[in-house]
Amino acid sequence: MQEVMKKRAIELLSDGTVAKVIGWMPGEFSYDMTPAVFTTAEEIESNFVYNDFCGANVSKYVMREQKKASDAKILVFLKPCDTYSFNQLTAEHKIVRENVYVIGVGCDGMADVEKIKAAGIEGITGIESDGDKFIVKTVYGDETIARADALAERCAACKSKKLTVYDEIIGEDGEVVENSGRFDLVAKLEAMSADERFEFWRNELSRCIRCNACRNVCPACTCEQCVFDNPKSGIDQKAAADSFEENMFHIIRAFHVAGRCTDCGECSRVCPQHIPLHLLNRKFIKDINELYGDYQAGDDTESKHPLTSFTYDDAEPSVIHERGNE
Amino acid sequence: MMLYLAKDKLDVFFEKASEKLNVYVPVDNTNGSAYRKWTPGTVVSKGLHTTKSAKDFFFPQTENLVEFKMSGKAIEIIDPRRETEDYAVFGVRACDVRSFGILDKVFLSDPVDTYYKNRREHGLILGLSCGRPAETCFCGTFGIDAAEPMADVDFTEADNGYYIKANTEKGEAFVASLGDIFEDRDAAPAEEAKAKTREVLKKLPLSNLTTDGFGGDKLDELFDAAGWADLSEACIGCGTCTFVCPTCQCYDIRDYDTGHGIKRFRCWDSCMFSDFTKMAHGNPRLTQKERFRQRFMHKLVYFPANNDGEYGCVGCGRCLASCPISMNIVKVMKKLAKEDSGK
Ligand code: SF4
Ligand code: SF4
Ligand code: SF4
Ligand code: SF4
Ligand code: SF4
Repeated sequence: MQEVMKKRAIELLSDGTVAKVIGWMPGEFSYDMTPAVFTTAEEIESNFVYNDFCGANVSKYVMREQKKASDAKILVFLKPCDTYSFNQLTAEHKIVRENVYVIGVGCDGMADVEKIKAAGIEGITGIESDGDKFIVKTVYGDETIARADALAERCAACKSKKLTVYDEIIGEDGEVVENSGRFDLVAKLEAMSADERFEFWRNELSRCIRCNACRNVCPACTCEQCVFDNPKSGIDQKAAADSFEENMFHIIRAFHVAGRCTDCGECSRVCPQHIPLHLLNRKFIKDINELYGDYQAGDDTESKHPLTSFTYDDAEPSVIHERGNE
Repeated sequence: MMLYLAKDKLDVFFEKASEKLNVYVPVDNTNGSAYRKWTPGTVVSKGLHTTKSAKDFFFPQTENLVEFKMSGKAIEIIDPRRETEDYAVFGVRACDVRSFGILDKVFLSDPVDTYYKNRREHGLILGLSCGRPAETCFCGTFGIDAAEPMADVDFTEADNGYYIKANTEKGEAFVASLGDIFEDRDAAPAEEAKAKTREVLKKLPLSNLTTDGFGGDKLDELFDAAGWADLSEACIGCGTCTFVCPTCQCYDIRDYDTGHGIKRFRCWDSCMFSDFTKMAHGNPRLTQKERFRQRFMHKLVYFPANNDGEYGCVGCGRCLASCPISMNIVKVMKKLAKEDSGK
C-alpha cells in the first residue's frame, strides 16, 4: 500500500495536479507516525510512511492548509471514516472540494498502540504486521498480539468501510457495516439508572485535564473562536474549577457537534486520559437515528442534518421530554 | 545492611504512615493511573508512572489565591489557603523526583511562591526505583539514574519486598518514626535489582539521545533553525504535552467578580495555546510554529541559560506517549541536532 501511495503522490506532484501532499512521516518506535505535508518528490521518497498505525484523521489538515493558501492544490489520502469528515467539512464550506485531489484508501482497521500497551506489552522497540497478528519487539523480549486485540476502538466498531468521496481509490472500497455494535455501550448506559449514569460520567470526566486535544482535533470543531476560549462569552475557562465546569465543557461540545459529528473517533483517540468521549457523541447519533430516522453525517455534502431542518414528522418535544424521564 | 519491607506488609506500612500523615499512592484507572489518597483496600498501581505527573501536589491545576470581600468601603482580604497537613506521595519515579528540583528553581527563587512553598514543605516524597522502564523513557539523557530516585525516601523492589533508603533528614525522621515495621537485611538483592534496571536502561531505544547542540548558549542557532516549520506543522495546539509534563510550569491568573468582591484564580496555562501571549497590543506568537518553538526552546535553551545549564526536561516520556500527533521533544532534539551537524 505504502509504495503505491508514494508512487501516486510523486506522479501527481510531478505532473502538477497538486502542489502539496498530506501524509505521514515516520516516528521513533514504529507506532508514532506524525501527519506531515510534503511538497517535493524527494521528501516523499525518503520520508512518507503509511502503515497500521496511521490512524490519525487528516481531513482537518486540508482545511488548515487551505486556510494558509485557499487555491493550493492538495493531495490527501483518506480512509473511509476520514471521507465522512471530509464531506462534512465540505458541506460546511470549510474545504474547497475543487482544490483537493482525494485518494481514498481502503481500510481493514487501524491499530492502536494504547491497546497493545494495555495488554501489558511494555518497552516496545518495533512492531511488525504478520497476517492476523502483530509481532511486537520489546526490550523485554518478543511478544505477539492478535490484530483484533490491537484494533483501535473505533475500528473494532467500524460503521463503514465505504469511501464516500474520492478521485481515485487505492486498495478496496467497502460497504457500510450493518450491526457494527457501536451503540452497544450506549444502550448499556441508557439501561442504567440516572444516578448510575451520572456516577459513570463523573468518574470518566473527573479525569479531564482540559488539554483541549479532543476539541482541537475534532473535524466538527471548526469555530474561529471556541466559546470556551472567548473571554466575552462569559463561560470561557482554561481549566475546570469544579465538577460542574468539567461536565459543562463536554456536554456543550457534544451538543455543538450533534448532527455534524461523523463518529470519526478522533476525540477518544487523542484523549490522554482515555475518556470515552465517543459514547457521548454516539448517544446523540443514536437518538437522532431513533427520533428522526437514520442519519449519517458526512454521507454526502448535500443533505441537511435533522437538527437543522424541520419536517412535520419531527419528534414532538413531549416525546423527547418523556424519554428523559425513563 | 538495609531496611526491608515485605510486599505483604506494604498495607501495614501505608496504614502506619496514614496515622501520621495523608498518603497518596498511584491507582490504576482506564489505561493509566493517578494519585489517590490511600485508604484501607486501595490497590497500588503496578504501572511505570502516572498519566499526569506529580506536580499537582505542589502546583495544582487550579487554585484560588486570594479573595477580596467588600462591605461598604471596607475591603477584607481573605487568604483561602487551607493546606496545613503533612502528606506523603508514594511511588514517585526518578524523573519526577528530579522535576521537583526544576520546579523549585522557578517557584522558590525570588519572589518565592508561598503557595508552592507551603505545599512543598508539607510534602514527603517516597521514591520508587524503576524496574521496567518504557521505550519512551530517556531520563538518562539528563543524567538521572532511574534506579536511584533520590527522593526523601527511596524504595527499591527486590526479593519480594522493598528495600528502603532515606536520603534526607525529613526522610530519615519518617523512617525512624515507623522503625519497627522494617527489618534489617543484607542489601545485595537491592543492588542486584538496580544493576538490572541499569542494564535495561542501556537497551532502551532512546538511550543514545544526548543534549549535544542544546544549552543556554545556543539561542541564536536554534531560534532560527529551519526545522521548526516541519516539526510544528501538524501540531494541533492542544495543551496535552504541557499538562502531562512534570516540569511545565506556566500559569494564568485572573480576577473574577463574585458579586460582593473578587476572587483571584490561578490555573495552568500552556504556551501551546494561541492566547498564551495575547496582550493588549496584540500577539507576538502568531502561528503555531512560534508557540511550538517556545515550549522546546524553554526546556532546551532558556531554562539552562538561567539555571546553570540544567535542562527543563527530565525525560519522563509523557509527552511522547500522549501527543495526539506523536510530535515531541525527542523528535525535536533529533531533527535539530541533525540539521545542526549538517551545517
Ligand atoms: S482530550 Fe481528554 S483530557 Fe483533554 S480536554 Fe478532551 S476530554 Fe479532557
Ligand atoms: S466529536 Fe469526536 S467523533 Fe465526532 S467528529 Fe469530533 S472528533 Fe470525530
Ligand atoms: S506537540 Fe502535540 S501535545 Fe503538544 S500541543 Fe502540539 S499536538 Fe498537542
Ligand atoms: S518535555 Fe516531555 S519528556 Fe520532558 S519532562 Fe516534559 S513530558 Fe517529560
Ligand atoms: S524516565 Fe527514567 S525514571 Fe522516569 S519512569 Fe522512565 S525509567 Fe523511570
